[in-house]
Formats: sequence, C-alpha cells, structure tokens
Amino acid sequence: MFAYILRRLIYAIPIALGVTLVSFLLVYLAPGDPLNAIAPSDAPAEVITALKVAYGLDKPLPVQYGLWLLRAVQGDLGVSIASGRPVASEVLSAVSNTLILAGIAGTLGVVMGCLLGALAGYWHGSVIDRIATILSVVGVSVPHYWLGMVLTIIFSTWLAWFPAMGAGPGGSAEWVWDYAHIRHLVLPALTLSVIPLGIITRTVRALIADMLDQEFVIALRARGLSNITIFKHVAMNTAPTVLAVSGLQIGYLMGGSILVETVFAWPGTGFLLNTAIFQRDIPLLQGTILVLCMFFVALNLLVDIIQPLIDPRMARG
Amino acid sequence: MNASVSVSGRSYWSVVWHQLRQEPVAMTSALLVLLIILAAVLAPWLAPGDPYTTSMIHRLQPMGTEGHLLGTDELGRDMLTRLMYGGRLSLLMGVTPVFLAFVIGTSIGLFAGYVGGKTNMLIMRSLDVFYAFPSVLLAVAISGALGPGMTNSLFALTLVFVPQLVRVAESVTTQVRKLDYIEAARMSGASALSIIRVHVLGNVLGPVFVYATGLLSVSMILGSGLSFLGLGVKPPEPEWGLMLNTLRSAIFKEPLIAALPGAMIFVTSIGFNLLADGVRAAMDIKR
Repeated sequence: MFAYILRRLIYAIPIALGVTLVSFLLVYLAPGDPLNAIAPSDAPAEVITALKVAYGLDKPLPVQYGLWLLRAVQGDLGVSIASGRPVASEVLSAVSNTLILAGIAGTLGVVMGCLLGALAGYWHGSVIDRIATILSVVGVSVPHYWLGMVLTIIFSTWLAWFPAMGAGPGGSAEWVWDYAHIRHLVLPALTLSVIPLGIITRTVRALIADMLDQEFVIALRARGLSNITIFKHVAMNTAPTVLAVSGLQIGYLMGGSILVETVFAWPGTGFLLNTAIFQRDIPLLQGTILVLCMFFVALNLLVDIIQPLIDPRMARG
Repeated sequence: MNASVSVSGRSYWSVVWHQLRQEPVAMTSALLVLLIILAAVLAPWLAPGDPYTTSMIHRLQPMGTEGHLLGTDELGRDMLTRLMYGGRLSLLMGVTPVFLAFVIGTSIGLFAGYVGGKTNMLIMRSLDVFYAFPSVLLAVAISGALGPGMTNSLFALTLVFVPQLVRVAESVTTQVRKLDYIEAARMSGASALSIIRVHVLGNVLGPVFVYATGLLSVSMILGSGLSFLGLGVKPPEPEWGLMLNTLRSAIFKEPLIAALPGAMIFVTSIGFNLLADGVRAAMDIKR
C-alpha cells in the first residue's frame, strides 16, 4: 500500500510540473510582447529595457521558467496588472468561493446521481429507469449557463424565492455559513450539480444493473442473505468506479463553474478569469489557471489513493 | 470484427447504417439535427428578415408580434431570423474542432501506437499533462490568452479534444499491432505506412468515430460557452451563445425570448447526444 501511494505521488510530480509549464507558456501564447501588458505602448526605450531586466524578460526562456517556478512554489504568483495587488492573495479568496460552490454542487450531484442511478439499475426497465435515462441525457446535453438563466427566471423573477446574483446580501464577497448566504448558494449550486448528475446517474445505473446479474450476487441471494446485506456487497463493488468518476466530475466543476459564476455574479475564479481576460491581465490569468489545476491534480491523486482503500486489489496492479 | 461482414457480403459501415436505421430514437434525433442544420444553411433564403437590421422602437417585442413570430431582441432584431443565422456559427463551433481533432488525434494516435516503445511513452506522457486541466478551464485559458475571436476559440477547442482522441486511437493501435496478421503483413514486406492504412486504420476508425460523435455536443456547448463569456464570436454576429449573453439584460422584461438561444443549444445538443448513443449501439455489432 505504501509503495502504491509513493508510486502515485511520483507519477503526479511530472504532471504537476507539466501544468506549471503550460501555465507559464500562456504568457507567450498571448499576442504581442509580454511587456505590452505592463508598459504603456509609448514608453521610452530605456524604460522598456529597465522593465525587461526587472521582470527577468531579458533572460533565456528556460531560465525565466525556472525563476518563475521558484517564486510560484514560494507562493509568489506575481502582481496583478489590473489591481496592482499580489495575484496569490486575489486568487486564494476567489478560489475558496469557487471551492464552496463546486464542493456543494459536486456533493449534490454525486448523491443524487448515485441514488437515481441505483434505483434505475435495481428496477431495470421500469418507469424510474426511464426517468433516470431521460434525466441523464438532459444532464449531459444542457448548456449549464443557460440552465442557470432558466432557474433565475423561474425562481428569482417569477417566484422570487431565491436571489439571482451575488454570494451574499449587499454583494458581500466574504463567505459565511448563515441563512442569508446559503440562500444565494441554492441556484448556482443546483445549476452546477446538473453537470456531474447526468454522468454519475448513467455510470451507477449501468454498474448496478450489470452487478445484479453477477454470479456472486446470485450466490449471496441463494444463501438467503437479506436485500440490505446484498446491497452492501454490491455497493462496495461499485464504489471504486463511482469514486473515480465522481472525483473527475467534481474536478471538472472547477472549470465548469466559470460559466455558472458569470451567470450568477458569484465572486469566484470565474469572475477573476473574466477580469483577467478582458483587462489583458496575464499574470492573473496564469495564477488562477495554475491554482485551479493544482487542485484538480491533487483531487485526482486523492482519488487514486482512496480507491485501493476500498478495493485492495487495485494497489497491486 | 469483419468475419460476419464478409459472409453477408456487405461492408462494415453499411451494416452499421442498417443497424442505425432500426433505432427509432437515433433516427428521430438524426432528423432533428438535420432540420436544424438545414434551417441554418438555408437561413438566407428561409429567414423572414435580416439578422443585422436593428430597430430601436421595436426592441424586445414579445413572441407572436406582427411580423416577428418569435419577437425581437434587445436591439430590435428579428429573433427567428437571428436564431436561424445563429445556428451557422454555433454548429460550426460544434463540428469544426471535433473534425480537426479527429484528423489530428487519429494521426498522432496511430503514429504513437504503431511506433511504440519510448517514442510512444514520450508522446502519451506529455499528453497526460492536458488531462490535468478540466476541459472548460483549458479552453478558457488558451482562448483567454490568445484573446477573443472565433478562430482562437476554434483553436482552443481543437487543442482540448486532440489528447482525448489520441488516447483512444493509440490504445486501439497498440492492441492491434501485436496481432499475428500485422506481423504476417510485416514479414511479407509491407511498408509501415501501408500496414497502417490497410490493416490498422480500419480497426481504429470505429472507436475514434464513436468517441468523436460523443464530443459534438460537448464542443457546441463549450464553443457557445466561450462566446457567452465574450471570448468567441464578436457582436453583432448572430451566434446562440453570444445572443444568450447579450439577452441576459432582458431576462426580467422578456424572459422567454432571453432563454430562446439557449434552448436552441440544448435541443441541438440533445440531438447530437442521442445520435451519438445510437451510433455507439449500432457499431457494437458483436452485441
């Protein structure tokens, strides 16, 4: 088991390095000189040269990457061009808001998906099965930014049950677990939960339906075990796959939330990325992408480590 | 895979087509997608108005207004016309990246799988990095860095799909490469290129094709999503995602009209997905 975890950790390192490299190269993907974003276009030549030295842009690319990485590891992601504040502090507060939204939405989607999928798989071919199938097609087909608008129209404009925008009363960006804030969370979380819901329902349904035909389940039933005990066996056997799919889906929410956050004016990374893109604030773009992806890599690693705890056979593979 | 086909004397793809025709859901969704494509392609002849003509006095007319069956948008442009024209760019955003990624991904995958060894490992491990990015995030990062514009978002989406298709093509190629008949072909002196073309490609195309059809709806939702964020198509060009964005200000006054472009994305995407499910089932002939 220890060797397995070590192997996974070692495998994650090149991936994490690759992510930093791609994030670093984003600056060079942007049209024009990276300095354009910092210096005004009519700056005198000596100012440009001084800035180049100050930002290390006079050095060769691999050296620049090394220096950038060294600073990033120490938590220094540069300074935002738009606000003049350190990127790291801006990203951290936004990321925590995104993680709250993605975490709640993910949990909601996974729980509902497992429930619906299990029911549909158990009563294979029934009305519930048909409803679950339709829901899962809708879930993977719906543009979630549009779903957010539709929910706003229904629950904010027509019924006036939930607020349409922001994360708290008076546009507060600081998250608190109280009624006023949770009211703001309902619609965006519900919207976002639809993304994993469809795929998880589909996965669990197929797994359960398949599992119930397996010989070991028939054997358990023949031995006269109760439905609940059989269910426990089936659940333990489906858990590793469900966990892997859920982990990936919750990770995707960190990207998917960008659009939903825009719809609901949620003060998370989506908002930050929007600012970064339209103010051509490349350090901010770079920092946000990097931090979000690191969370994604960590989440995948976590899933890889938890899986063999449920099914020890996986550690041997 | 081809054994039963040669007996009946029909090609693999004609058997798939035969299977597909017997699936009512797949055929209905194919018809739906076809209608949407026709409406988009024939928009200049079928649309009742001009997609760019604005009219300040006719802003946000409700559905069923005289001369505007589906109302007008926030600048007084006819909604039905713009929805029909909008399909052109939205469908293009759905199909182009998948097609490009299909061609590029299959080529890289075939190469990596056939060459094998260290080259294969190098290619596959470097593509693993792209799996560390959630796809929406990768698309937003690339098109965000490149700046707004349709070509940039098409490029970003293609880059998102390529690693996925490479993985599918590579895994099939690696499986097939070890089979005896490939070895026999190599012994008889066939060149690598002709082995790939004659013996490997046929096995790889099926699974990659199934995977790619499943990406069509993802691509359209993502592409329109980029336009929704302001990263894709630029105004005043009609495109469903962008229309949805500019109509957001109208959700309190004319909610039904504001939601229309998104409904089009939704319906088209359901069509694509059900069709992809049908294709997957039809190609699974062993079943």
